[in-house]
Order: sequence, then structure tokens, then C-alpha cells
Amino acid sequence: MAKEKWGSKLGVILAVTGSAVGLGNFLRFPGVACANGGGAFMIPYIIAFILLGLPIAWVEWAMGRYGGRNGFSSAPGIFRAITGKNRTAQIGTLAVIIPVIIYMYYVSIEGWCLGYAWKYWTGGMDTVVAEAQLHTAAEQPPATTPETEQLQLLEQKEAGINATKSYLLHFAGIVAENDHQKSGNLRILREFGQGSMPFLLICFAVNFFLIYRGINRGIEWFCRWAMPALVVCALIILVRVLTLGTPNSLMPEASISNGLGFMWNPVGHNLVNGDLVEVGFWEALSNPQTWLAAAGQIFFSLSVGFGVILTYASYTKENDDIALSSLSAASGNGFFEVALGGMIVIPAAFVFLGPTSIISAGEKASSLSLGFFALPGVFENMPAGHFFGGLFFFLLFIAAVTSSLSMLQPAIAFLEEGLGLGRHASVTLLGFITATGALFVSLVSDGLVVLDHLDFWTANFCIFLLATIEVIFFSWIMGLDRGLKELAHGAEIRLPKALPFVLKYITPAFLLIIFGSWLSREVFSNGPYIKALKENSIVQLTLAFILANYLFFAILVHIAVQRWKKIERNGKEVEA
Amino acid sequence: MTPAGWIIMIVSVFGMTGLFAWCIRKVLTIPEAAEHLHSQSDIDPHDQE
Repeated sequence: MAKEKWGSKLGVILAVTGSAVGLGNFLRFPGVACANGGGAFMIPYIIAFILLGLPIAWVEWAMGRYGGRNGFSSAPGIFRAITGKNRTAQIGTLAVIIPVIIYMYYVSIEGWCLGYAWKYWTGGMDTVVAEAQLHTAAEQPPATTPETEQLQLLEQKEAGINATKSYLLHFAGIVAENDHQKSGNLRILREFGQGSMPFLLICFAVNFFLIYRGINRGIEWFCRWAMPALVVCALIILVRVLTLGTPNSLMPEASISNGLGFMWNPVGHNLVNGDLVEVGFWEALSNPQTWLAAAGQIFFSLSVGFGVILTYASYTKENDDIALSSLSAASGNGFFEVALGGMIVIPAAFVFLGPTSIISAGEKASSLSLGFFALPGVFENMPAGHFFGGLFFFLLFIAAVTSSLSMLQPAIAFLEEGLGLGRHASVTLLGFITATGALFVSLVSDGLVVLDHLDFWTANFCIFLLATIEVIFFSWIMGLDRGLKELAHGAEIRLPKALPFVLKYITPAFLLIIFGSWLSREVFSNGPYIKALKENSIVQLTLAFILANYLFFAILVHIAVQRWKKIERNGKEVEA
Repeated sequence: MTPAGWIIMIVSVFGMTGLFAWCIRKVLTIPEAAEHLHSQSDIDPHDQE
């Protein structure tokens, strides 16, 4: 059987862009930008794009194609091919398990997006927020002063957000936080079965069907129509948002122009004791937190450190311009994030929810907070909101599918080339592993605790770790000359002259500073995640689940290395 | 929306859109490369009997 490869250069660019474009582009980026300097955030964002995102992407593309030229598409095989040493294959274990574990909870969120789109279009989401707000308003005494009235309005908004949170938990069949006693297992199973499970099953079926069809007829074929569809959906919603004007004449300040200003004016906003405080341009830029937030956003948004690009790049042709492909995919991701994501969510949320809810979600850097807790309130108040709400969540669903597909391919590539499994067997095995994980996320959860902690340890800690290892590996072990020669091979664009210096010193230093400060803030200072790990048995179970997966795949990598050694030994004997 | 906000928005949005459009144009105008990939499947392990 011939090795799989992409059908065209545009195909691989759309697939890699699709892998990078996800919920974070439309939900995380605008929230983080608003909470970290507004328009001023774009300066560290662009610098991080140039010094961190693009160089790491180039590193992964070069390493991936080098592996592909030597017959390997999985990270363990690629690392081993680069050094010629068997033990380096174990570095690649991280690049196999990161996307697999992320898939386990990401596919649930994907199912929620599809479910919400369906619910909006069939009228199931019409009154979730309004009912909660009316209920709260009915219990409030008549307001005597403007301050009391303002406070009551805030309470009503808070009730709306709590209602959407509760709606999501019931829809997803998730045990509410601290609710083990009251929540019978049967109720959870019933809510899961009637709520998100059918959508979760559809997502699994779509993902594994496309993965089964392979690189060219599955992933590339899907991304070829999904990415343009994503642009069309986003443009329709963008036009709707930009033509909102001032929907409520009693609140002239809640206008789309002010919403755009809230996103793009070079003024940040912070919440201090519940009050909104402005942060000036220079104050925002001189705050290290702004730079860390920008670097973190670029890092997560471009999907570097996932291991996905390594595998995708291995299917490129020997003379393809991977430098240009990488730049195209990175700029494509930036287009979705800045030109579309930055223009839709915040202005709309500002008009209907006000600035406090936005900053509250942005400070948590949480896609879930803004997307599933705050935005339903926006669509409920927006003219033709059920249609646009459905379209928005369908857009998120498409973006999520293009990303989740990419999370499965590294493991499929490994199972096929490492263990010699056929497509049918590898898809079945991976389907079983990920289905177990998805059920673990949904049914063992404590509120969103399992999902949150899986995300923290894999999509934060492990990704930082893998990216740091990759950059150091590329610059110091593979060797810059060899690595850059691979990157420049077939390149029609000229690589920057400063790239060797940047890759050898600037990017590793930048990464180490970010990773170090992240570790000191989240891990060494006994942050909330570490505290939860010490105290919460479900968090301990979650970490044990990650470690069990790591151990399982580490054993498989060991078996794969023995198999590759045997194949190579037999090959040499035949030659002799 | 202040004038500085307008400038940042226009530069950011059109900058990213322009870069992406330039890349796609460049990709589409460069002819596809011919290739031969050496893969593991090129190796005959002779251990399948």
C-alpha cells in the first residue's frame, strides 16, 4: 500500500488552518484581548506571532516532512528518524497522547455546539435566559433609586448566565458541582441520553468516518468545503452584528459602535471588586501579564505543540514549499481570529450583555464562559436571534470538526505504522479509547471539573512542554543547519535572515519565560489547580486517567520501536 | 470608538486578511511539485510469511 499524501498544496493548507481554527478563535481571542489592553493587545499579539508562533510552526513543518521523507508520519517515528536513536521515539509519545486526550473532551464540546445549533433552529433555546430573568425580577422589591435599579439589572443578568450554565449542565448530562448526593446516576444517564448524547454520537460518527476515509478522501475532502463554509457562515453573522445599530433606544450607549470600541480601542478593562476599571495603553503594554496572555493566545491558537502539524506535514510532497504552507496556515488562522472572531462576539455581547460579563469571561480565558454561558443571552435578545444563534453554533461545530479530525490523525498514523494495524483495526481501537474518555468526561464529571482539569494538564502543561522540547530539539539536537535546509527545500519564499538566531535563542528563551512564569503562577504557587489536585478525589482520578493513557501509549511506542528495529534488521539482511 | 481604535482595527483586520490573501495567491500561482516519497511501505520486511 502506498503511503498517503495530500492531494494538493491548497488542501494541506486548508487542513492545517482547519486544525488551528476552532472555538478559541471565535471565543477565547476576543475575550482575552478585551481583558488585556483591548486594541493595545494587538502589539504583543503580533510580536508573539512573529517570534513564537511562526517559528514553532516552521519547526514542526520541517521535522514533519523530514519524518515523512523517511517513511514516518507519527511523532515517535519522526523523532527516531531525526536522531537515529531508538530512545528518542519516547519523546513522541507526548505528541500522540496530547491530541487524543484533548479529543476526549473536545468532541463533547463539539457535540454541544451541534446540539445548540439544532436547539436554536428548532425553537428549544428561545426562553432560557428570559425565564430566569423574569423569575428574578419578580422576586425583587421595587427599585427606589437608580443605583438599586442598576444593581437589580445586574442580578437579573447574573440569573440569566446562571440559567444558561445550568441548562448546559443538564443538556450535557453532567453532575452539577457538589451535587453527588442529589444527582442519581439514573437522572444523569437520562439527561445525557436525551440531551447531548445523540449529538455526541453524530460527532463521533462524522469524525471517524472521515478519518477512516484517510488523508486525501477524508480530511482534505472535508476541509475543502468546510473552510469556505466557515467563512460564509462567519460573514453572514458579521453582517448581522455590524448592522445591529442601537437595538434598545432606552440604552443609547449599548450600540455596535461602542461595542467595536470596547474591542479595539487601545484601552483595557479589568474587574476590581466587581467594578469595571479602565487600563491605559502604556499601562497595559508595561504589564507582563498582557505579553504572557498574547503569547499564550498565539500558542494555543496556532495549534503548535499539539503534535498535529508534525503528522500533517509528513504527508506533504518532497518538493513542496512548506515554509509558504506554514505561513499560509498561520495567517489563515490569524484571519479567522482577528478579522472574523474579533469583529463578532465582543461587539454583540457588549450590546446585549454589557461590558462586565465580557471581562468576567475574558479574564478566565474560557471559551465556555463566553460561548455557552454568555452568548445565549445575546441571541435571545437579538432580532432573528434563533436563526443567527443556530448559525453561530453551527459555525463553531464546523470549526470544531476540522480541529478534532486533526487530533485523531497522529494516533491513527502511529497505530498503523508503529503496530502495523490496518485502517479498520486502528480506527476501531482509537474509537474505543476515545469513547471511553468521552464518557469519563461526561459521566464522572463534577460540574465541569474533569473537562477543566484535562484541559489544564494536556492543553496547557503538556503543550508547553512539548513545544519547548521541539524547539530545543530542532535547534540544538537536530541541528539548525539540517533543520533549516529541510525547511528551505522547495521554498519559493525567502526565509528571514534572522531566523537561525531567532530559533536558536529568541524562541526558546521566549518559550522558557512563558512556560516558567506559567509554572510559577499555576503550579509552584499552589494555584487553584494544584490545590484541587491535593483535595479533590475527582481531580486526582482525572490526573490518574491522563497518566494511565500516557503509560499505555508509552508501552505501545516501545513495542513499535522493537517492530521498526526488526523491519530494519530484516532489510539489512536482505541487502547483504 | 476612538480614532486610535479605528486605526488599530483597520490595520489588524486588513493586515491579517491581506497576508492570508497574499499567501493563498502565492500558493495558487506556484506550480505543484513532482515527488517521490520514500516510505516505510517501500521497505519489504520479508517477515510476513
